[in-house]
Amino acid sequence: MENLASLSLVAVYSAMGVYTLAFIAFTLDLAKRSAEAPVSAAARAASRVNQTTAVASGSGGTAVLDREDALLPEAKDGSRGGATVYQRVAFALAIIGWVLHLAATLTRGLAADRVPWANMFEFGLTATVVGMGTFLGVQLWKDVRYLGAYITGFTVLSLGIVTVNFYVDVVPTPPALQSAWLVIHVLVAVLATGFFAMGAGLSVMQLLRHQREVRKTAGLKFLDTLPGASTLESLAYRINVVGFVFWTFTLVAGAIWAERAWGRYWGWDTKEVWTFIIWVLFAGYIHARATRGWRGNRSAWLAIIGFSSVIFNYTIVNLYFEGLHSYSGL
Amino acid sequence: MEPLRPSDYDDGSAPTRTAERPDRAGDGGDGPTLPRLGLVGWGRFLWRQLTSMRTALVLLLLLAVAAIPGSLVPQRSSNPNGVVQFRRDDPELFEILDALQLFDTFTSVWFSAIYLLLFISLIGCIIPRTAHHWKALRSRPPKTPARLNRLVGYREADAPGSVDDALAAGEAVLRRQRYRVERYGNSLSAERGYLRETGNLVFHVALIGVLGTVGLAGGFGYNGQKVIVEGQTFVNQLTTYDTFSASRFFDDARLDPFSMRLDEFDAVFNAAVDESSGTLIAQPLDYTASVTITEANGESVERDIKVNAPIDIAGVRAYLLGNGFAPVITIRNAEGQVVFDESVAFLPQDTNLTSLGIIKVPDGLPEQVGMIGFFYPSAIQLDSGALASIWPQPDNPVLTLNMFVGDLGLDDGVPRNAYALDVDDLEQVTGGDTGADSIILGLGQSAELPNGFGTVEFTALPRFVSIDFHHDPTQAGVLISSVLAIAGLIVSFAVPRRRVWITAEPSDGGTRLQYAGLARGEDPNLDDAVDRLATEHLDRLGGRLENAQPAPAASQ
Repeated sequence: MENLASLSLVAVYSAMGVYTLAFIAFTLDLAKRSAEAPVSAAARAASRVNQTTAVASGSGGTAVLDREDALLPEAKDGSRGGATVYQRVAFALAIIGWVLHLAATLTRGLAADRVPWANMFEFGLTATVVGMGTFLGVQLWKDVRYLGAYITGFTVLSLGIVTVNFYVDVVPTPPALQSAWLVIHVLVAVLATGFFAMGAGLSVMQLLRHQREVRKTAGLKFLDTLPGASTLESLAYRINVVGFVFWTFTLVAGAIWAERAWGRYWGWDTKEVWTFIIWVLFAGYIHARATRGWRGNRSAWLAIIGFSSVIFNYTIVNLYFEGLHSYSGL
Repeated sequence: MEPLRPSDYDDGSAPTRTAERPDRAGDGGDGPTLPRLGLVGWGRFLWRQLTSMRTALVLLLLLAVAAIPGSLVPQRSSNPNGVVQFRRDDPELFEILDALQLFDTFTSVWFSAIYLLLFISLIGCIIPRTAHHWKALRSRPPKTPARLNRLVGYREADAPGSVDDALAAGEAVLRRQRYRVERYGNSLSAERGYLRETGNLVFHVALIGVLGTVGLAGGFGYNGQKVIVEGQTFVNQLTTYDTFSASRFFDDARLDPFSMRLDEFDAVFNAAVDESSGTLIAQPLDYTASVTITEANGESVERDIKVNAPIDIAGVRAYLLGNGFAPVITIRNAEGQVVFDESVAFLPQDTNLTSLGIIKVPDGLPEQVGMIGFFYPSAIQLDSGALASIWPQPDNPVLTLNMFVGDLGLDDGVPRNAYALDVDDLEQVTGGDTGADSIILGLGQSAELPNGFGTVEFTALPRFVSIDFHHDPTQAGVLISSVLAIAGLIVSFAVPRRRVWITAEPSDGGTRLQYAGLARGEDPNLDDAVDRLATEHLDRLGGRLENAQPAPAASQ
């Protein structure tokens, strides 16, 4: 028991180390892209047309282009083009880090002999493993490695904070948490958080990309190598929608559990209030995507505000707001 | 664009947007400058504004913002003690916030106004959509557009064989891909994914279901709390509850007769050692209240109530929410007559169940007597001389009492909190600064009261539980609505709604085919879907696809 818990902690620190290296490599990749990105918009457009035709003539869009700027991933639809050496290294490191991270989460669960999400430290540990897993998994479907720096950076930061500030020893589950709903309610909340994290990253990229497309801002030239703002928006939407379904389920499962544990399914407890606020914000985001004048930047901001509220709910509301979801002892 | 959607609905499937049409409401063609709106016209205009996407969106965001104060300021509904505390700490600010209904955020005028407007807007939006969808479900796919090459996924191909063969094969492929198909001349028009709109409508109707259930059935609910000591019996009557709150349509007759006796309460703790301080930590593992329920027919059953495992009795659900010790205290006057003999529920103050209790003896002694008592289940004496409990089980139970004499304030008819002692009109006679030591009693011990009032004895140590009784007739409706909402949500996101067309024209030695699609709602995979359709169709015909050209207005 004790040994497993300390083993888990060693794995967490190792994962953080590997993630940090992955973060550095991802950042170097972005820097390299900035350096190599075509200077003029015309050149960019030209290279994109070349790439598009070349890719279209290949089967399934996986053609490897034997040209200098083929180092840059194909920009139209995020299909798998070439990747810089840095990116390959970074992605491999991210996978290694994730395996360690997953091992840390599993051993923590084994040490506690229950699901590894019964307190804030464990929630943070599991939510980041899911967020990272989502990032790696989406890769099988769409090339989103340009998000690597954001995801690994965010994961290292979160892991550092939860390990240093929220760590608690393994303790038995108190009667209030002895319920099958602990498994369901919190797991789905963890999944939703992972998806929203990824969606927010895409929305940030979308805003930056839009900024660069429209205002031709200087700097951050790597943005030119990303898919277009509307592609990023569409991708963010699809990921946030999955997060929204999970969040709806979290809310309903939480209500069912609250009825069992506290005698009412909804009582506007502070945590319930914020779960509701987040749900409404993402409902707003989805409606914004279907409202003229609100597609694009404004809806992206809503997704970012929504994810910020998730983080706020997990940190500030848990720690400083009085309520039934009490974590004062962490 | 979907007809009968709000005018500012935009699902991204229409690449070229028509400018907002001028409002057609009005009394018809007077004056070229400003069309005058009659009463009906204004009504229509306002209705259209209210049911527009933009209004719904703004109301949603307002709702999120309006909920925030509910988490910042204590609410009467969820934290009444917090509200009392707030008033005590800052009476002036309290007045202002209370005038703004901030302590009742979720029943306030402004919060209610937002969600009611939102739901009116929602109803105004889904009624016409439901009617339209009902028609769409029973109608055939629309005519094939004249120019397919302006649509998504446009492809051309050549195939051997006749136009009729090609269209017959196309129809078979489309039906296998679960399209509804209609032939118009030399073309096939197909549509699928009606479930998307169905799911979307179900989701929104289910939300109305949640609100409607709470609004209607919520009026019949009630809940009450009762502290029950081991060995005591609670009878389900309005007057026996410690606290009781009921909704509008409640009446006493709704309380079904039953009684609940607390036979035993059992608490299990795990002992752990805090490595940094070396102290013992009690980790609760299990609480079980064993009760005997007797219903109206006289039958008795034994049940266990646990945290997270309430029991149902005659239309109410009983929850175990709290527990503690209820020492039995017996007070005799100087003549040896018993003037007080009750188990007093002591409220736990920490994890080792150091507990605080109040004793009030209004009659039988020379003066009215009040006591503030501390109870330590496993008492030890600290170096400072003070007592502390080191374990939540009664291994060394000790009771200390500080006695007050004077006016308890019970005679003026104002209800008093049984768990608080108003010491304004009382004089302290033991403990604190009085110079006299607090009365300290082990279980079974007795002591003299000061002033020759008599004696006090710590007679027995039963435990108590705090049980919540709830009758909530909204639960079933809200649960069903929530499940429908989730199902509708998943379906509406997972099912793409799309139209596809195949046209066939005779060409030299075969048939010239064209394929294209149109998204109705978010549909990023439409291009792939058209590709799949064409490939499968041509496989059957033995035809060949020409190089695909990117659609001019792809909705990426």
